[in-house]
Amino acid sequence: MADIGLGHYLSVAAILFATGMAGIFLNRKNIIVILMSIELMLLAVNINLVAFSQFLGDLTGQIFAFMVLTVAAAEAAIGLAILVAFFRNRGDIAVDDANLMKN
Amino acid sequence: MIAAAAFWIFAAAAILSGLMVIASKNPVHSVLFLISAFISAAGLFVLMGAEYLAMLLIVVYVGAVAVLFLFVVMMLDVDFVELKQGFLSYLPIGALIAAVVVVELIMVVFVWAFPSDAELKLAHPAPTAAQTVADPDGPNNIEAIGLILYTDYVHYFQIAGMILLIAMIGAIVLTFRVREGVRTQDPAEQANRAKEIELVDIRPGEGLS
Repeated sequence: MADIGLGHYLSVAAILFATGMAGIFLNRKNIIVILMSIELMLLAVNINLVAFSQFLGDLTGQIFAFMVLTVAAAEAAIGLAILVAFFRNRGDIAVDDANLMKN
Repeated sequence: MIAAAAFWIFAAAAILSGLMVIASKNPVHSVLFLISAFISAAGLFVLMGAEYLAMLLIVVYVGAVAVLFLFVVMMLDVDFVELKQGFLSYLPIGALIAAVVVVELIMVVFVWAFPSDAELKLAHPAPTAAQTVADPDGPNNIEAIGLILYTDYVHYFQIAGMILLIAMIGAIVLTFRVREGVRTQDPAEQANRAKEIELVDIRPGEGLS
């Protein structure tokens, strides 16, 4: 086992980010899983920020990760609220049906 | 040695949980794997020495966001098997794009180099593990974050609070509805019913005739 360095953490974050991206493509109909994929991508971004912060020895990155965490929590709350309102109006959560504005 | 082993365990757990989030058929399982991914990431944060953010990740993500997801998944009466259709038809393009992104990002990672210490200008030097061990009473991670979060970054901190307030109000406004035919108490109307109540000014010693 080699010494664990910055590259290892950034690789994990890159794989998690790509997983989140693939999740958006694969679950195009299920908006709940799309929201969860977005959370995964934000988590990968946070791992990147903390890794750089720690290996540079500068705390600013951790403050920024804190802000990303705040925005992610707010985004999840609003997204799920929109989802609940959409389900009440349509009785379904299929993303393909969300085209009222287009028609 | 132990740190390296812990890194590989947490990293593998995080990546496998992430894959299971997008691959599992049942969204409840997806949420549970999401929780597992967050906890593994918190372990990685602890390994990097960011204890405060690790605990924050568990409190905020596992305690609030994942539970919110769980509530919504269980509350909505949706046929999730039907929503899973099209998974295989999107698999080639999705896997291709993910692979391209991974390769690109990792190529960037391994050509990365820090500037030399002379060129490096740190805004807020973090306490290293060696310093914390040498001086246990000195500033640790959470103390150092507090020292700059409430001074240099106090405006960002307050803006974060405003974002959370707006998110809370927005979520309440979006999901609030007045239901017809439900008998609830209306305190204002109750206090204002004028006809049934008469105010009598009783003078001392006379009583109410």
